[in-house]
Amino acid sequence: MAIIKTENLTYIYGDGTPFRKVAVDDVNLEIDEGEMVGIIGHTGSGKSTLIQHFNGLLKPTSGSVLIDGERLWDDKSKLRPVRFKVGLVFQYPEYQLFEETCYKDIGFGPKNMGLDNAEVDRRIKETAKMVGITADMLDKSPFELSGGQKRRVAIAGVMAMEPKVLILDEPASGLDPKGRDQILGLIKEYHREKKNTVLLVSHSMEDIAKNVSKILVMNKAKLYCYDDTRTVFHRAAQLEEMGLAVPQITRVFNRLKAMGLDIGDDVYTTKYAKELLLKLLAEKKFNRGIETD
Amino acid sequence: MIKDITIGQFFPGNSPVHRLDARAKILLTIVFIVMLFTAGDMRGLGVCAVFTLLTFLISRIPLKMMFKGLRTILVIIIITSVLNLFFIHTGEPIFEWKFIKITDKGLQTAVFMVVRIACLIIGTSLLTYTTSPIDLTDAIERLLSPLKKIKVPVHELAMMMTIALRFIPTLIEETDKIMSAQKARGADMETGSFIKRAKALIPVLIPLFVSSFRHAEELALAMECRCYHGGEGRTRMKQLKMKLIDLWGTVYVFTFFAGVIVLNHFI
Repeated sequence: MAIIKTENLTYIYGDGTPFRKVAVDDVNLEIDEGEMVGIIGHTGSGKSTLIQHFNGLLKPTSGSVLIDGERLWDDKSKLRPVRFKVGLVFQYPEYQLFEETCYKDIGFGPKNMGLDNAEVDRRIKETAKMVGITADMLDKSPFELSGGQKRRVAIAGVMAMEPKVLILDEPASGLDPKGRDQILGLIKEYHREKKNTVLLVSHSMEDIAKNVSKILVMNKAKLYCYDDTRTVFHRAAQLEEMGLAVPQITRVFNRLKAMGLDIGDDVYTTKYAKELLLKLLAEKKFNRGIETD
Repeated sequence: MIKDITIGQFFPGNSPVHRLDARAKILLTIVFIVMLFTAGDMRGLGVCAVFTLLTFLISRIPLKMMFKGLRTILVIIIITSVLNLFFIHTGEPIFEWKFIKITDKGLQTAVFMVVRIACLIIGTSLLTYTTSPIDLTDAIERLLSPLKKIKVPVHELAMMMTIALRFIPTLIEETDKIMSAQKARGADMETGSFIKRAKALIPVLIPLFVSSFRHAEELALAMECRCYHGGEGRTRMKQLKMKLIDLWGTVYVFTFFAGVIVLNHFI
């Protein structure tokens, strides 16, 4: 059964004012449980607005959202439990840290869930370990940590609620390459370990290609497509028209193909590209292409 | 929602009222206030009311904004009218019951006061509806610049006002974001006792405080990088210039003013 389902979901900012803007336009989609989904789209395409509907932060102007088969906004008092079921990590989540210690900050969500102290403690320690926050860091003020560490504490704060669905909005933005890999690595690890549904919003096609199995493309407030990574990156031309890109390695391979090399057009990770190239080199298929020079 | 908070309530537009120079608009608003208090009787006030309505129509601001402005001072209007109605006992009584006595003079004064306050609010709010906050502070700086002679830091005050205004939307947006983020972690800000709700604000206020300081620091640095050194010798990209339309605006206001004076003294 689909864990997230939307029916004709539409959201309009500032309806009835001169600043009216349709942010999400008639979106119908179904995301299955256990999936790792990448969400891509141009700036202002409605990605962030869309994901804020999934945990009931925004109320659809029309249409509806169903989480685990339950329609949101039918009963307002049931919204809080939904937020524990669907954990949302905002962009630059480190700006929402506020407690005296990282320990307390990670515990904020679980405490709000009304769990007992022992369970809260277990979750804090477990998620801290998962995101690589050491015990002595837990007792420090979050404001003493480095940017990447703060980010990890903030993400842990949502993970500690053990949501069935984890949504992350640009979790790696503004970090150095090492920090990026760490964050994305731990998210992938989390997905592998917990078998939870994970939604990842990102601008980096490389990050998306490396980590997700399905991609949801938003374009001008509309759902452009929701399909396998392979199928989506196959549409390089359309994506580029939208101002999006395909992974660099895919671009290289599309070019090689256009130059007459007989290779598949489903290359979107460097790992696969390497295997393919080595295979081609072994078969010496490459030489023909080079000899014509 | 928190996004509904608007401060200054500027309505972008291109009406003649919008196009007036901000300085002219401030001065003319003052003239308008004087005119309102010069009007000595109902006829003079009628001229003022016509002026207010006409100007509002010219500005093409949605009419409901007129009432929105009035709603905030509804209490004052009610108190004023009640006081005048019941405590002015001169003139012919038109209604008497036990200790309550309403006279025609009382009724007249009450109506007079209400209309005057309403005009005052509508007319002056038109200034903020049609002038962008930035233009407004600019104009205030220019109008107050003579005070520099007596060492009033006019430029600094205006700059502070500009920065404060500039950051209101930013901080609102940020508050909204932080609130959403904490709500996503199950923070409950809408229910519970007053103390519980006040406590629930801590997770919002602390990050907001931290980010305000960060903004202040970044802004200060950015300003220094561009060699900001106060108002001395500073020029502007957008020069305020008096144009023909400002002359017409002045003529328009003073025509009505003259009408009021004539009604007061000669007819």
